[in-house]
Parts: sequence; C-alpha cells; structure tokens
Amino acid sequence: MNEVCFKNIDKKEPWSLSTYEASGGYSVWRKILKGELSPENIIDELKASGLRGRGGAGFPTGLKWSFMPRNSDIQKYVVCNSDEGEPGTCKDRDILRFNPHSVIEGMAIGGYVMKASVGYNYIRGEFMEPFYRFEAALKEAYKTGLLGKNISGSSVSFDLYTHLGAGAYICGEETALIESLEGKKGQPRFKPPFPANVGLYGKPTTVNNTESFASVPEILAKGGKWFHDLGVKNSGGCKLFSVTGHVKRPANFEVPMGIPFKDLLDMAGGIRDGRKLKAVIPGGSSTPVLTADEALAMNMDYDSIENAGSMLGAGSVIVMDDSTCMVKTLTRLAHFYYDESCGQCTPCREGTGWLYRILKRIMDGDGKSGDLDLLNNVGSNILGNTICALGDAAAMPVESFLRNFSEEFEYYIENGKSMVKDNV
Amino acid sequence: MISNKAKKEINSWVEKYPEGRQSSAVMEALKIVQSENGNSLTTELIQEVADYLDMPGIAAQEVATFYENYNHSPMAKNVIRVCHNISCMLNGSDELITHLESKTGVKTGEVTQDGNICVKKVECLGACVGAPMLQIDDKYYEHLTLEKVDAIIDGLKEGK
Repeated sequence: MNEVCFKNIDKKEPWSLSTYEASGGYSVWRKILKGELSPENIIDELKASGLRGRGGAGFPTGLKWSFMPRNSDIQKYVVCNSDEGEPGTCKDRDILRFNPHSVIEGMAIGGYVMKASVGYNYIRGEFMEPFYRFEAALKEAYKTGLLGKNISGSSVSFDLYTHLGAGAYICGEETALIESLEGKKGQPRFKPPFPANVGLYGKPTTVNNTESFASVPEILAKGGKWFHDLGVKNSGGCKLFSVTGHVKRPANFEVPMGIPFKDLLDMAGGIRDGRKLKAVIPGGSSTPVLTADEALAMNMDYDSIENAGSMLGAGSVIVMDDSTCMVKTLTRLAHFYYDESCGQCTPCREGTGWLYRILKRIMDGDGKSGDLDLLNNVGSNILGNTICALGDAAAMPVESFLRNFSEEFEYYIENGKSMVKDNV
Repeated sequence: MISNKAKKEINSWVEKYPEGRQSSAVMEALKIVQSENGNSLTTELIQEVADYLDMPGIAAQEVATFYENYNHSPMAKNVIRVCHNISCMLNGSDELITHLESKTGVKTGEVTQDGNICVKKVECLGACVGAPMLQIDDKYYEHLTLEKVDAIIDGLKEGK
C-alpha cells in the first residue's frame, strides 16, 4: 500500500522538495539532465509497466507518449489534467496537495520524452489549496534549477505553468480542456485530428491525468517490471481508489490493482453500523452501477470490473447501503449531467434534460407507466451519438440503474413514493 | 474600470502563455475583475477585459457565461458553495442545505438582505472522502455536521 503517489503521505511536510528528494525524488530527472536516459528507453519502461491512463479512459501511457511527433522541430506541449470533477473522485486533489513534485517531475520527463519544452497543469478552479501547493512546489523546483531553459547546462529545457479552470466538468475531457486553456468555452473538439497532431494552439499536445504523471518518476526509478508486477494482467501497478459513500472511513487508498473489492471495503472500515451493502458504483458516477453481489465478487482491476458489468474509470468507488433510494440517486446523477452538458451536441444537450425531467416527475409522484421505456429510449439515443463521452456518461448510469433496480423504479411510479424506508 | 492592481495581476497570468496567446488568461482576468467588483461581473466589465486582452467582446462574454464561477447579478460577500452530488448526498448534504436555508432565512441561490451570505448548491467539488462538504472562498470545509455548519455561519455573520 502507498508505494507510488502516496509514498510520502505519512511523512512530515510530504509536499516539500526536501521530503521528495530524500525519498529519491528527481533522481530520474537528474539522470535525464546528465544524458543518461534516452526517450526510447523511457517509453519502453512505461510500456513494460502497464501504466494506463488514470483519468478514467485507461489508455496505455507509454503508447500515448509514442504518438507524439518528437523528431519534428515545431513547438509541442504536455498538459496535465487536474480538472478532477467526476463525482466520487478526489485522488488528484490529494496528489497535488501531498506530492506535487511527483507531478512536476512526471511532466518534465514527459516533456523530455516528447520533446515538448512547455507544460501546463490545468487545475480546476475550486482547487485553490492544491493550486497554492503546486505553485509553491514549482517555485522550489525553479529555485533549485530543476526547471527552465538549458537546465543545469544541459540541452534540456522545460517550463511549467499552472492554469486554473472556472467551474465546468466538461473541461476534464481533453479537447475541451485544450479549448479552455486557449481561453474559450470548454467544448470538445471533433477527433481526428487527435491532440498529438493538433492540440494546444494547433500544436502537438499530450494530455495525461495527474495520477498518471505522478506515477512516472517512481516507475522509472524502480523499473517498469517492478510496477507491472505490483498489479495483475492488463492492469499493471497500483492505483488510487477513492472510497466514499456509506462506509465508516471514507478515504483514498493506493493499493495494488486486482485486490478484491471486499478488501478495499474493509480498508474503508466497511459499511455503516447496522446496514447492508446494496450497490456500488466502482469507477465514478459515469460508470454503470453494480449490485452488492456483483461487487463483492469482483476484483479492482480493469478486466474484473468489466466482467462484473462496469468500468474501473477513475477508481472512484461509491458505496451505497440499504438505506439508499436508487430513484433519488439516479435523479441526482441525471441532474448533474444535465447541468454539465456543454450544449454542443443535440442528443446530449436535449437528452440529458429529458432524462432529468422524466426522473424528476417520477420523484414528484407524477411518473407514468411508460416512463422506464422512455428513459431507456432517450438513453440509447444519446449513446454513441455525441462528440465526447459525456453523453455516454449520462446514459450509462440510467441503463444500469434501471436494469439492476427496476422494482424500485416501478414501485415509485405506481405509488408515488420510495420503496426504501428512511431513504437518504 | 479595471484597476492598476488588477491589471498587474492579469499580466502575471498573461506571461504564462506564448506571445499573442494572451486570451488564454481570460478566465483568470474575469475572476480578478469580478472579485474587485463585489463578486459579480457586468457586460461593461467583460468588454473591458476583452479589450485589455485584445480579444472580441463576444469571446469573453462566452467564457463568462459558460463557466460556473462567474456571477452576473449582485452577489453576496460570502458565497457558501455546498456540494450536493452523490457522495455528499449519501452523507446528508440535503439535510445540510435545508438547515442552511433555515439558518440564513433565504433559499439557495438567493442573497440575504444584508448582502452577506448566499448559499449555492453546486456539483461535485472533488473532496468526496470529506463528505458532506462545502466551500467558502478558497477554503474547503469537510466532514460537516449541523453544529460545524452553525459555527461557520456564525463566524460569517460576525464578519470573520
């Protein structure tokens, strides 16, 4: 536990440069500056590590970095996605607060590998404490001569800046984030072209999640194989899981991929006293909900969660006990997507509104007998028909809630009230 | 009018972006100007920001209306942003919001008569392990109870 991003979490001032360096921090970066590590070598190690994008999509990081046209002379950018906003997810906030230097080193390494001399860390506008921490760490890194132009007399240059958001979930989508960095509305772009060809200011750009960048230095220090072997097949390494909801001790846990869900639940103290597990959303609000039995049988890795019928996503485990009204919970989520749809694609802009209004009328006691079919119909008309994944993210919970807990929805429509006593 | 102090602060953001890409700083520029103007923006101020960053007024207007953190009507001195998304909801944020409404005497989104407090329901603030939680200015308040919320509100009323 706590072997990579949370390595120093229990130390005094874990965010300081001295703590980071005392545990081997910046050793990889210093090797690079001395010319002892080639970009090819780094990409090979990352591929061997099995590190997959920690923001939710799970795309192999080494492969992503190899897509950049690093031999061309034009300006390129690396961007860190710290626009953490997926309901249930709060791991990047803790990385920024407690281990900001790992993000800086990971981004600098990325800049070196992809021949990008400039990086931006896009931090969501509400994360002011993490922003100040990260800025302080940046200052330390510059002061120590770890960033800048021709660093320590090498031919390597890397300048890193923070950019703050202003409240829009959609900016977590990488092309919306790029638009936002350019000072525009955060509306996703058509792909292709992908950011590796046309990204920030029209230049090749790679966007990675905070946890992905933060994992890179330790992977390279200890070797890709070391990281890979912490986890299981197709899910190398360890990962941060935010365990929230009806557990006794909600927290972020950095644990090896593939640990049983049951063990993770135990680490969080288990379900509240006198209650029983009812449902679990394993990867953040956009991933399908599972029943207690499905969750208890799964392990926390990409394949196992997929086999259980959901997705690992950002590793945001939302635990619900038997006091939870699933109609109310889905209505809450539907409102979120309705609120956060950027309005660009009609199926999402209109569809999320339909989903919310139908659920709201069920909650208000005005549900009609055809409403569940209508919900499924609206959902399936959004799925796959939008530029970005927000539409799918809005539709998937609906389908899974209705499939797994249909009797609760039917009861609500028939009786105008929840079948769950003392529901939250 | 954008003050010189605000301009200086805006410039420190402009410096982060390549030459000619100063409009990347518009989000921060709008925040800086908003905070100088009692927590809200006007069409004129948005135009001034656009002029200062040499971008079309409509482009700045789009940004100012797309993102959540800009206010377009007079706003309270203290905005209490309560998360009511899933993890907070499962931990009693609804009860917290009802309590805040009765404590302040206004509904969410409205400003108290003395202009001191506005309670807003907001989407996930990314502190789910601390649910239920709320934000005032730069600060997050986590693991809230009704008593803790009372103490926070009383502090604001005393002008802390």
